[in-house]
Amino acid sequence: MSATKDIRLMKGNEAFAEGIIRAGCDGYFGYPITPQSEVLEYLSIQKTKERTGMVVLQAESEIASIHMVYGGAGCGKRVVTSSSSPGISLMQEGFSYLAGAELPCLLMNVVRGGPGLGTIQPSQSDYFQAVKGGGHGDYKMIVLAPASVQEMYDFTKLGFDLAFKYRTQVMILSDGAIGQMMEKVELDEQIPRLTDEEIIKKYPWVTTGKTSDRERNYITSLDLNPARHEILNRKFQAKFKKIEQNEVRFERIDCDDAEYLFVAYGSSARVCEKAVQLGRAKGIKIGLLRLITLFPFPYDEVARLAKQVEGILTIEMSAGQMIEDVRLGVNGAVQVEHFGRLGGIMPAPEEVLNVMEEKFIKTKVYA
Amino acid sequence: MLETLPITKEEICKPENLVYSRTHLMTDAALSYCPGCGHGTIHRMIMEVIDEMNLQADTIGVAPVGCSVLAYEFLNIDMQQAAHGRAPAVATGIKRLMPNKFVFTYQGDGDLAAIGTAETIHACNRGENITIFYVNNGIYGMTGGQMAPTTLPQMKTATSPFGRNVETMGYPLKITELIAMLPGTYFVTRQSVHTAANVRKTKKAIQKAIEYQKLNKGLSFVEIVSNCNSGWKMTPVEANKWMEENMFPFYPLGDIKVPK
Amino acid sequence: MTEEIIIAGFGGQGILSMGKILAYAGMMQDKEVSWFPSYGPEMRGGTANVIVIISDERISSPILNQFDTAIILNQQSMDKFEDTIKKGGLLIYDPNGITRHPVRTDIDIYTIDAAYESSRMKSSKVFNMIVLGGFLKLKPLIDPEHMHLGLEKSLPSRHHNLIVENEKAIEKGKEIIMPKYLLN
Repeated sequence: MSATKDIRLMKGNEAFAEGIIRAGCDGYFGYPITPQSEVLEYLSIQKTKERTGMVVLQAESEIASIHMVYGGAGCGKRVVTSSSSPGISLMQEGFSYLAGAELPCLLMNVVRGGPGLGTIQPSQSDYFQAVKGGGHGDYKMIVLAPASVQEMYDFTKLGFDLAFKYRTQVMILSDGAIGQMMEKVELDEQIPRLTDEEIIKKYPWVTTGKTSDRERNYITSLDLNPARHEILNRKFQAKFKKIEQNEVRFERIDCDDAEYLFVAYGSSARVCEKAVQLGRAKGIKIGLLRLITLFPFPYDEVARLAKQVEGILTIEMSAGQMIEDVRLGVNGAVQVEHFGRLGGIMPAPEEVLNVMEEKFIKTKVYA
Repeated sequence: MLETLPITKEEICKPENLVYSRTHLMTDAALSYCPGCGHGTIHRMIMEVIDEMNLQADTIGVAPVGCSVLAYEFLNIDMQQAAHGRAPAVATGIKRLMPNKFVFTYQGDGDLAAIGTAETIHACNRGENITIFYVNNGIYGMTGGQMAPTTLPQMKTATSPFGRNVETMGYPLKITELIAMLPGTYFVTRQSVHTAANVRKTKKAIQKAIEYQKLNKGLSFVEIVSNCNSGWKMTPVEANKWMEENMFPFYPLGDIKVPK
Repeated sequence: MTEEIIIAGFGGQGILSMGKILAYAGMMQDKEVSWFPSYGPEMRGGTANVIVIISDERISSPILNQFDTAIILNQQSMDKFEDTIKKGGLLIYDPNGITRHPVRTDIDIYTIDAAYESSRMKSSKVFNMIVLGGFLKLKPLIDPEHMHLGLEKSLPSRHHNLIVENEKAIEKGKEIIMPKYLLN
């Protein structure tokens, strides 16, 4: 092992927590919920106030957490909250206000099974909520889907960068499996927190106290003038369009010669990666398109691959949510099927390979 | 009649005759409040104190949802508009990350004592070093006069048209007395702005609250019992009289918790 | 080399920490590793299990239902995982508390009397390290030097005085593990 690299074995939740510290986070506000309580626990034991000056506060609820984030974000600070599905539902009010006020922040959902209290086991059934909205109004947020503990770490810095680049919320959509598992993580150097002076210089819109050299700043999502409010909403849409043009991220695994394709993200993509290996060992040319950004969605890449392959199988721990976007990208060019496990059960590699064979390959032989 | 006046307007409006001017911390925007409403006076009092204490560059205010949702249009300071009831959480986020700033929320009774009860109580209980200005008029003014958590027993509103029946609609909430019990609050007072004398008292309370925040003493809470002549369906004069006769006996004015 | 292992038993037996020490030691030996626990109420006294993968290559799925090795420490886990071992794979179990012994004939089965041995060593805490020693005897994936580093990394520094005791337990496990057919 290289002596210069700082490599550790960490849980996904811990890697996220260490990631936000090192990415120069100013404040974390959160409320305990399984399976992501390690985030707040880790930050608490790290004595972040002494380490970097970062504020960590356990709020009275997820609702309070997200509005504390709003307050900090309005001051141009790098602020974060994290939760799991039921808590994220509570935060939707805040997400909508953050979108309306165009405040940058980093959010994480370590998804567990629902609806309701559901289960604490991993799930991917919050895709629609994260990607299509959740709160009221026409808005989107950038959604990053880590598939490894390293990505739980890496996406913190990426998330802050994107959040401030576009003045938008960035959500890391993880799940109980990625949050709870341990893998190797390579850590970067500490990025210093910005000083108030640096923040004021970089972000002229922040509320830090009105000085005589500028007009007052205010953060709001309200505009009762319909004409102005339409212009504001068009501006939001233009921003989301720009994000769609610039920020699509995905990973192609064995796609070049693939005849059959898995599309998956997060821990399901890891399962599919193994299934690709098992399939190829049997002589079936399978590839995997692993989504890294869920919004923006890689419609173009899906469309390209749809022309190449004979069948697409989406694997999600849900009743089939992402498949709707895959079908939009495919636009009828090839058959798209879904396989998912519910209730907190993770599919096994053999299981998804078997489904691929059943749905596309065996039927082909008999056709 | 004008031409018979012994002196002209120009002669009167001279700097040496100036006895009062609006603080420059109020913007030029016309207030959206109903004539007779206390909000304008309360806005002005807070801005005057911030101005006198030279705190404009250090102040971040938080506006609620309610009649004062547009407070940032009228106050010439940096402000954030919060979701309904969440102002104490927003202010917590601001103050924790900008501890040297003067941070206040400005909230009505529906915002603070109904939908935002949890945020209010926990910000108070944590002793957040912020100041809460709480305007209590016993009704939801902005949405058109519905029953509030503070609506008095038997009081008629749009959603208690036959009077508030406490057996089915619950009792008015004395949240100020409630939060005064919490160790995190430092200074808790109830004032009004319906007479010049009361305005002066309110201003003193605002001054104290800001001083205490400067000294990192914890949360200061200034309730201002105010009228809502539109919601109460009275003239401003009648509303003030009704407030004295009905609101003050239930919400008595004065300091509730003062530093020892 | 890729070794896919399930460790399963009661919460409190040190299942998760055994997996963690193994994964840490693998990492210190420059292997790719993953550690995937069961979590939740199970952590609080019910059954607990963890999947540990140690590999020379990038690890694809951290979640599996077929294993090279199963280390089984209670009856429920025996019932659940005996059939998940790959043909030719390895099953290690502590016979203490086992009422239905494994029946598969297409895998190697070893027993380790770790509960008895740890009580003899007057330290129930080293139970899991005895079991781990037994595993390392049969699958020497990690050398002692890196096991030491793994222990150092995964134990908080206030517990570093216990490393020697843990290493002794690992050595004891290597001594006492035996093929099931010798069990009578």
